[in-house]
Amino acid sequence: MLSPANAMDPMNHDSYPDSYIKAILDEVKTVAMVGASGNTVRPSYFVLKYMLSKGYEVWPINPGHAGKEILGQLTYASLNDLPQPPDMVDIFRNSDAAAKVVDDILASSRLPKVIWMQLTVRNEAAAQRAEDAGIKVVMDRCPKIEYGRLSGEIGWVGVNSRTLSSKRPALKSGYQHRGLKSGH
Amino acid sequence: MSENIPGFATLAIHAGAQPDPATGARVTPIYQTTSFVFDDVDHAASLFGLQAFGNIYTRITNPTTAVLEERVAALEGGTAALAVASGHSAQLLAFHTLMQPGDNIVAANKLYGGSINQLNHSFKSFGWGVKWVDPTDMTSIEEAIDENTKAIFIESLANPGGVVTDVAKISAIARKHAVPLVVDNTMATPYLYRPIEHGADIVLHSLTKFMGGHGNSMGGVIVDGGSFDWSASGRYPLLSTPRPEYDGIVLHETFGNFAFAIACRVLGLRDLGPAISPMNAFMILTGIETLPLRMQRHCDNALAVAQYLKGHDKIAWVSYAGLEGDAYHELQQTYMPKGGGAVFTFGLKGGYDAGVSLVSNVQLFSHLANIGDTRSLIIHPASTTHRQLTDEQKTAAGAGPDVVRLSVGLEDAVDIIADLEQALAAH
Repeated sequence: MLSPANAMDPMNHDSYPDSYIKAILDEVKTVAMVGASGNTVRPSYFVLKYMLSKGYEVWPINPGHAGKEILGQLTYASLNDLPQPPDMVDIFRNSDAAAKVVDDILASSRLPKVIWMQLTVRNEAAAQRAEDAGIKVVMDRCPKIEYGRLSGEIGWVGVNSRTLSSKRPALKSGYQHRGLKSGH
Repeated sequence: MSENIPGFATLAIHAGAQPDPATGARVTPIYQTTSFVFDDVDHAASLFGLQAFGNIYTRITNPTTAVLEERVAALEGGTAALAVASGHSAQLLAFHTLMQPGDNIVAANKLYGGSINQLNHSFKSFGWGVKWVDPTDMTSIEEAIDENTKAIFIESLANPGGVVTDVAKISAIARKHAVPLVVDNTMATPYLYRPIEHGADIVLHSLTKFMGGHGNSMGGVIVDGGSFDWSASGRYPLLSTPRPEYDGIVLHETFGNFAFAIACRVLGLRDLGPAISPMNAFMILTGIETLPLRMQRHCDNALAVAQYLKGHDKIAWVSYAGLEGDAYHELQQTYMPKGGGAVFTFGLKGGYDAGVSLVSNVQLFSHLANIGDTRSLIIHPASTTHRQLTDEQKTAAGAGPDVVRLSVGLEDAVDIIADLEQALAAH
């Protein structure tokens, strides 16, 4: 079901199929978070903490914080400083700055499988350039919300997950007890 | 499954509900508990800081209530919902999230009487003003909006007069002035009318009425349409500015298109406290499973009763949007073609005494002040809810001496009509 970015049909960035998002969240193991913050009330901190709790390896990228740790993770100044290419780059920057991040990625030889832009972050031209290079793109979404939505966990706060299932969710250890793959 | 949008009846049964993860129970269990244990200190800190999804205390979230919330959000086409103790508390929390002292609500003058009281009196003590407008007069709505207007509030199908409101037209005005449109959808339910599809930003319900549908449980809900930009104007500081309640979190940037529902929960419900009981959430949830069946039967019965009354020689007039020739029939056909709802008023040629006689002589109808029960309900406002008013005031409120209101139930239409027939014959 996973539609590769260079398939015949261009991805509709207004309405991603759940299968597309789910495949990304399943496939990705390592995430570089551009614009990660150590401020405990910033959305990027929330997402970093949540992704770590789900078992992802998350590498904060923040030049002002390089060499220090956020939630026990060593922060890097730039994507090029990472020890290995990440599976996904998650961008917490505005839409204009996101284009620069994408172009820096494309100029390097270390392409991730996925570039993800956070809520309100959208740059169609940059997305097209990334997709032309075979990278899957998600824009104006949050991986924490999508993970919570697709696992059913987000329904705990009354959010419309837009998923239905008659299967019993599997109990899993950790912060929450619904696994992404259970019941769906 | 998830790639297709399921139909309304499927959502009414399944949305939000999976078998219980701990026991496999297929029906949503009643989690009748005040509190939930934390895994560890860090988990507790994450929950209190809104960093993780999970339960702390039933005043804020509860697993039974959460299923109800997600189900109503799905039925209305919203991004999220918050269930509370009553329709009145849904209004309190929604406006608490929008309003500051000195602000005003532009509200339709055709609202449920309890809402008119809440806005006129209780909200005034919070420093929230109200500017009453005719919801059928677009000019009056637009002219009422000023720099302190923070919301427009209407009912989709207005109680009790059977006014079908043109939500698309009013939402265009709301958008032009960057003010959210709040719609009370209690009388129509999402089976008949889905205001978010026509541009509403927030939908409210008294779940006590047709949603629960059995006259057994109080409840209310706030549905977030996910469409309003809370940060654009800076006029909604609970959503767009750092909140001291949570160490400086900005709710809109953190929760995106369901930030309004979260704000109503983590600020309004947390601090003001009108939580729904898990038992009531369960009863309403069970009621919603049959909402499409019930609402269609309510509408079919109401139409049959309205047609019968229209042809009765003791009846002066019938106000039901489902009737051909009714002033709101065209809007009903546009917005709620499946039916005109189950509540309507009619006038007795015999005036006040005929009204008293009718409510006294019915055998099947229950004489009480509610709507949206399986049972057929009747009330003569002039001798009950509106009895303190002068005749002129009664008429202005749509509760003149001759007016009777019905909430047509799910009994056999022939029996409902026979009861009215024998009771009308008595005067």
